[in-house]
Amino acid sequence: MSAYSVTEPSKASKWVAAALVALYTIITLLPLVWIISTSFKSGPDSISYPPKVVFEPSLEGYVNLFTTRTRIAAEDFAALPPPETWVDEIVRDQGMVIAGPSRFGERFLNSVIIGFGSTALSTFLGTLAAYAFSRFKVPLKDDLLFFILSTRMMPPIAVAIPIYLMYRELGLSDTHLGMILLYTAVNISLAVWLLKGFIDEIPREYEEAALIDGYTRFQAFRKVVLPQAATGIASTAIFCLIFAWNEYAFAVLLTSGNAQTAPPFIPTIIGVGGQDWPAVAAGATLFLLPVMIFTILLRKHLLRGITFGAVRK
Amino acid sequence: MTNPIDIAAKATPAPVARRLRGLSDRAIAWIFVAPTIFLLLAINIFPLIWTVRLSFTNYRANRPNEEVEWVGLRNYTRILTDDGIWATMQTTAHFLIWTIVLQVLIGFTLAWLINRKFKGNDLLTTLIVLPMMLSPAVVGNFWTFLYQPQIGLVNYMVELFTGTPASSFSMLGPGGLAPWSIIIVDTWMWTPFVMLICLAGLRSIPDYIYEAAEVDRASKWRQFWTITVPMVLPFLMLAVLFRGIENFKMFDMVNLLTGGGPGNETLLTSIDLKREAFEKWRTGYSSAYAIILFVTVFGLASIYVKALNKVKER
Repeated sequence: MSAYSVTEPSKASKWVAAALVALYTIITLLPLVWIISTSFKSGPDSISYPPKVVFEPSLEGYVNLFTTRTRIAAEDFAALPPPETWVDEIVRDQGMVIAGPSRFGERFLNSVIIGFGSTALSTFLGTLAAYAFSRFKVPLKDDLLFFILSTRMMPPIAVAIPIYLMYRELGLSDTHLGMILLYTAVNISLAVWLLKGFIDEIPREYEEAALIDGYTRFQAFRKVVLPQAATGIASTAIFCLIFAWNEYAFAVLLTSGNAQTAPPFIPTIIGVGGQDWPAVAAGATLFLLPVMIFTILLRKHLLRGITFGAVRK
Repeated sequence: MTNPIDIAAKATPAPVARRLRGLSDRAIAWIFVAPTIFLLLAINIFPLIWTVRLSFTNYRANRPNEEVEWVGLRNYTRILTDDGIWATMQTTAHFLIWTIVLQVLIGFTLAWLINRKFKGNDLLTTLIVLPMMLSPAVVGNFWTFLYQPQIGLVNYMVELFTGTPASSFSMLGPGGLAPWSIIIVDTWMWTPFVMLICLAGLRSIPDYIYEAAEVDRASKWRQFWTITVPMVLPFLMLAVLFRGIENFKMFDMVNLLTGGGPGNETLLTSIDLKREAFEKWRTGYSSAYAIILFVTVFGLASIYVKALNKVKER
């Protein structure tokens, strides 16, 4: 590249651009920073006005998130032995005692099981189908993108009505299997389409060389195509995982207890007189953090995933 | 072993793998596609057909033993003549138009600035993108905290910068601000989406076009309108298509933020549909409602895609 190019922006314009974008970044990250900081506030600090920027950090939110607490009569409370652990101490400071664990752990685990289950299934089936769509003449091939788009046009509530009835008949309501199958079905068209894009980019010559060397078609798929598509498969899997992890509409309508995931549960965390904001913030922080990490890992393929492969860099 | 390929390879049992080896290409193609097709038929197509069927009945899911009557087109005529539903359509249109306008303006500007390729632009891009990847439900729930009347962070910021007392207005309460509050949250979340797509568009413009324009002594202003805008337009239109479809069926974020209230001020069609289907349990009626919504998006999107293809051809 030459030392001077007409298309290279001037130094001043770069500075102005950097300053404006940095300003936007600060504003846009403020709500996220606020969630995380609220999760470390005590109850009164979280709702003080003006809002507290400097505060004494407390694990009250996290303790409240994982426990259920109860008030006991004043004389019983005074007669209690001193708190044994720091968890006990935080609860006692609020004038209560621990009644038991909360449901958050279970709900979070459900999110993990359903998220990873549906991701594994849709990536596995999606890779097979994408290979066939990429390499062979298969019916429906040209209608695929159309199909993906049209399934995404249905409001989730519209899909939920017949699924609700179907699952009730089949006994799949509020089960992990039911949710895994549903999320797989929602994800699979995206997975196939993204993966087809990735596999299309692998030159056919590689497999043809392998076939000439005496590999069968299946061996060529396993030993030549799969390793080449590794990055594509991994990023597709992350997209499926993020969708299943974040999904709310189906979860709130089709699950109630056994298979309920974290998103419908977090808004129901209540304390004395309304939502227990530090606990809600703690739940949100624990829930959102993995997605933030995945987003940073995925940044190179982000565009492709969110546009269903319509825009590639 | 976390590699999905190893998992896929290991997941194939030895006898199956041995049998697969001897298969023809045609057989492999079918075996590979069949499970996906089956799943889509079972969980996408079949329910859709069932919804169409239900939409001609008065079925109620909470009374499965009651006799189901065939009502013909009555559900459809009732929906299309219902003033309440036209009001929710208008609320949805207001939400849709403003979110798209704001996201396009802010998103394009950001992309244009980031395209100056200043130091650290990659890091800032990654940070800016974070909100759109998060769970809309959890985000919606948390914004109710930021929007708390009197003590919320948003009210505080407004008082700090404009002097309007924080206790004089309520973002989610009565007073007409709620429809704008949901637009703000959606814009906060999804501007990065439009920005990313515009950025891809800007980066797809080859330098030599600008160099040629420079040789022809075209002003920067002219270059912007005759090169930058037309070349980014197909990308921008694609972003608008995705945002339009998504926001037409918006449910999760707004359901947690306002639940359609106060009154019916933020009652979007999806939230209305949820009330009909899962609170009033008018299953047949809401199936017809769902079909009408689907046909509406589908029709609008088809027309839009035709326009998009025309722009691309130019």
